[in-house]
Amino acid sequence: MIEALSYGFIQHALIAGVLVSLASGIIGSLIVVNRMVFLAGGIAHASYGGIGMAVFLGLPIFLGASLFAVAAALLVSILTLKKRERIDTFIGLIWAVGMAIGVILIDITPGYNVDMMSYLFGSILAVSSEDLYFMGALLGVIVAVMTFWYRDILAVSYDSEYAALRGVHVRFFYTLILILSALTVVIAIKVVGLILVIAMLTIPVYIAEKLSNSLAQMMLYSGLIAALFTLTGLAVSYAYNLTSGASIIVISALGLGLFLLIDKVKRVS
Amino acid sequence: MGVIDVANVSFAYEKDLILENINLAVEKEDFLAIIGPNGGGKSTLLKVILGILKPQKGTVRVLGKEPSKNLSHIGYVPQNTNVNTDFPIKVIEVVMMGHVGGKRPLFGYGEEEIGCAMGALAQVGMEAYADKKIGSLSGGQRQRVMIARALCAHPSILILDEPTASIDVAGQRDIYELLKELSKSVTIIVVSHDISVILEYANKAAHINKTLSYHDISNKEKTFPDHPRGEHFCEVELLQMLGSKKSADASEPVEKWRIKP
Repeated sequence: MIEALSYGFIQHALIAGVLVSLASGIIGSLIVVNRMVFLAGGIAHASYGGIGMAVFLGLPIFLGASLFAVAAALLVSILTLKKRERIDTFIGLIWAVGMAIGVILIDITPGYNVDMMSYLFGSILAVSSEDLYFMGALLGVIVAVMTFWYRDILAVSYDSEYAALRGVHVRFFYTLILILSALTVVIAIKVVGLILVIAMLTIPVYIAEKLSNSLAQMMLYSGLIAALFTLTGLAVSYAYNLTSGASIIVISALGLGLFLLIDKVKRVS
Repeated sequence: MGVIDVANVSFAYEKDLILENINLAVEKEDFLAIIGPNGGGKSTLLKVILGILKPQKGTVRVLGKEPSKNLSHIGYVPQNTNVNTDFPIKVIEVVMMGHVGGKRPLFGYGEEEIGCAMGALAQVGMEAYADKKIGSLSGGQRQRVMIARALCAHPSILILDEPTASIDVAGQRDIYELLKELSKSVTIIVVSHDISVILEYANKAAHINKTLSYHDISNKEKTFPDHPRGEHFCEVELLQMLGSKKSADASEPVEKWRIKP
């Protein structure tokens, strides 16, 4: 397995795995504490429409998916403002319609025969240098936003009504969290695919939540746990010739099971 | 001029009139209990005073200004502090959310804010819990932390919405004792269900059921002349006495009730 590390595409895969893990640890924590998991799932699937659009127009895939995901995030933000009690219905709509648009756009693209499975289940072994720059830049932006506005984001996430009374611009931060989630979902699609994105954003976070007593700590632990699962999953997928995205998720689920078991044993004794 | 002046306020969600022509003047260092049936408009009135809801008619003044201009003078303790108990956040971080003003450091929290938050925690007797996770506290302890968060802004008015809704009876008395102590320096407004307890501590009472009737209850013997001294108040008789203007007016001289015209 050691000789594998000398291949460029493996090095890219490892770097991408770590970058995406750290980003999804931070953003996944925000998604979980704000109870936006379903919403993130909707945005992930809607971004398939962006992939279709990019294929149809001949744009870079990342760009198309990002634009579509951010548009979906803004739409959700506006809808939450107007019709909060029906938001789950709208998310379901965005979820399905986004995917449908993607499928149709790919259907009508002449002569297109790239394997769309790679977007559904990830293609971490096909990460380019440009992809890495994009991932690195996004992680940088997320870390900068979180250090600069940590207390506002904390206040909005913990108790938005009170934050509003204290003059925090709740709508702005809510939309900011949604946009960052959308972009994180897009880079996570490269690693685990859009069907498995939700597991990547929630399993490490669930473990980290139990271990932390502050949001910052939870974000850091989530990132590290996600990186551990991702790298282990990659090794397993390489060793047994399995799909990388699915391997990462199964390793994460096993990790969660082990954690819950240890937690339970500790509690009993 | 009162600390809070509510004049001729009416409020309706859609078409249902919730508050009808409400007049209320809260004075400095009052301990006002707002009581009344569910759906009678208690929480709505609080939200109007806080400027979260805008009344269709009438005006609200907090220290002479619009509520939104003077929010920093109001400490607010919302209902339902038991939500989001899994949230990974330390007690001290919750309290610091209440801090207003002062220079904000570029990252994290400033010395002054930490000092202020610890002071507020000491006021409610919770300074030993500063580094505990909020979810590990009991309901009563959490409520104290929420009061500390409100005190952290050094408010001149403290508004609490059902502060004892999910606390056992002993814990309820502790909270009210604390509020009584605080009322020496801060004006306190409490919306509450447990009328029998709250009325022992409050000096003013407002009963709301669409309309408002206001009572000075600072002298319990005078307000409830038929009631045996020091005996527990029965909720039914209290509601009957305070709820309807008619019965109140009949049993008391009119000038005792400071109902604004």
